[in-house]
Amino acid sequence: MRYALHPQVGIRPERFGALAYHYGNRRLTFLGDDKLLAVVRTAHDYDDIDAAFTAADVPPAQWPAYRRALDRLVAAEVVTCS
Amino acid sequence: MQLTERLAHGLDAPICLTWELTYGCNLACVHCLSSSGRRDPRELSTAELFAVVDELAAMQVFYVNIGGGEPTLRPDFWELLDYCVAKRVGVKFSTNGSRISPGVARRLASTDYVDVQISIDGADAATNDAIRGPGSFAVATDAMRNLADAGFTGFKVSVVVTRHNVDQLDDFAALAASYDAQLRLTRLRPSGRGADVWDELHVTNEQQRTLYHWLLDHPDVLTGDSFFHLSALGESLPGLNLCGAGRVVCLIDPVGDVYACPFVLHDQFKAGSVRDSGGFTRVWRESALFTELREPDSAGACASCGSYDACRGGCMAAKFFTGLPLDGPDPECVHGHGEAALLAASGAGRPLVGAGHTRSGPVPVSIGRRPS
Repeated sequence: MRYALHPQVGIRPERFGALAYHYGNRRLTFLGDDKLLAVVRTAHDYDDIDAAFTAADVPPAQWPAYRRALDRLVAAEVVTCS
Repeated sequence: MQLTERLAHGLDAPICLTWELTYGCNLACVHCLSSSGRRDPRELSTAELFAVVDELAAMQVFYVNIGGGEPTLRPDFWELLDYCVAKRVGVKFSTNGSRISPGVARRLASTDYVDVQISIDGADAATNDAIRGPGSFAVATDAMRNLADAGFTGFKVSVVVTRHNVDQLDDFAALAASYDAQLRLTRLRPSGRGADVWDELHVTNEQQRTLYHWLLDHPDVLTGDSFFHLSALGESLPGLNLCGAGRVVCLIDPVGDVYACPFVLHDQFKAGSVRDSGGFTRVWRESALFTELREPDSAGACASCGSYDACRGGCMAAKFFTGLPLDGPDPECVHGHGEAALLAASGAGRPLVGAGHTRSGPVPVSIGRRPS
């Protein structure tokens, strides 16, 4: 499974994480922390999302929480999964 | 830190920027926030508009809410729209619908980057036209039909809730659905010409309760988060329950002045101008007014109220234009504290507000339509 930032989504870094805006459904989504932002931005480079977690320094104990966060972003159409 | 608290400290760029392009309007709605009517000779030139778009693109502002006046009356409106799209700055523009011909509707339907908001203030012609002028309901619904026929789904039908249309909420929802559009309800503010009609048109406290429950039952209805003062009735409404003025929202007016929000076009809330050195970016990031607005709020007279965390004292503009202190209850406080404060103040603190760009003399009643 390969994750990637949705092509219709713009990302703007803020002092906390980032704001994501979908130009199609016009919804705004908040990314609460910088590591999640790094994962979202680099996910398309990895076949295995765990490798993206490793590259973004996400501690393995938090991987399940980050997977759930990614699934929520897929549901919100911020991230695609193919 | 909760998201609301983070947003309270402000962002590097606004989330929601309202940009009024002209004070010119072919309607004369009784509650117009910007007292529009006549164009202002000092309005930004096309080159200045484009320079603002360049700044917004650099700041990564995702989209702007364009309004007026009637923004489509500017001859360079469509050119500006194309420029925004090219710069990947999304646009939602508010219109009375008078320029949304079938041809324009087809053009608008062809891009994701443009959203349209048609204003009506009654679910039937009689209720609407009493606020917006004779013939305006027919013009607005023609525009909705043109957008729907062009395949533009999900455009917005925007309604300012008043004492006279609050009983029509289901009708508004049905009307929007019939065009495959989305309903948006916002709060009547005592701003601009709204100050003159607020006493007669603002919803009663009993109507506020009905509205609150209706909104909870219809979470898909958009509100621009404008009813957050109703969260004091119990459950929080969806969205940002906080005054976003200068923190996440602001307004650029037709002459380039930057105000804290679309509802406070008054010198006291003017932060600067896009024509100043450093442009809009500097006003947003460094102006003394916005810096002050990003400080923690003082609950003031509301400190002893158990609902303060829910409503945060309500809307700054509503307080300001009804002459209430900014660190006290909203005039429409659901617990009645605002009404008591209004009685005590008896209008003494109301700021002086001129007629703005309101046309003098008879108001034009016919609305020009451009052939498609």
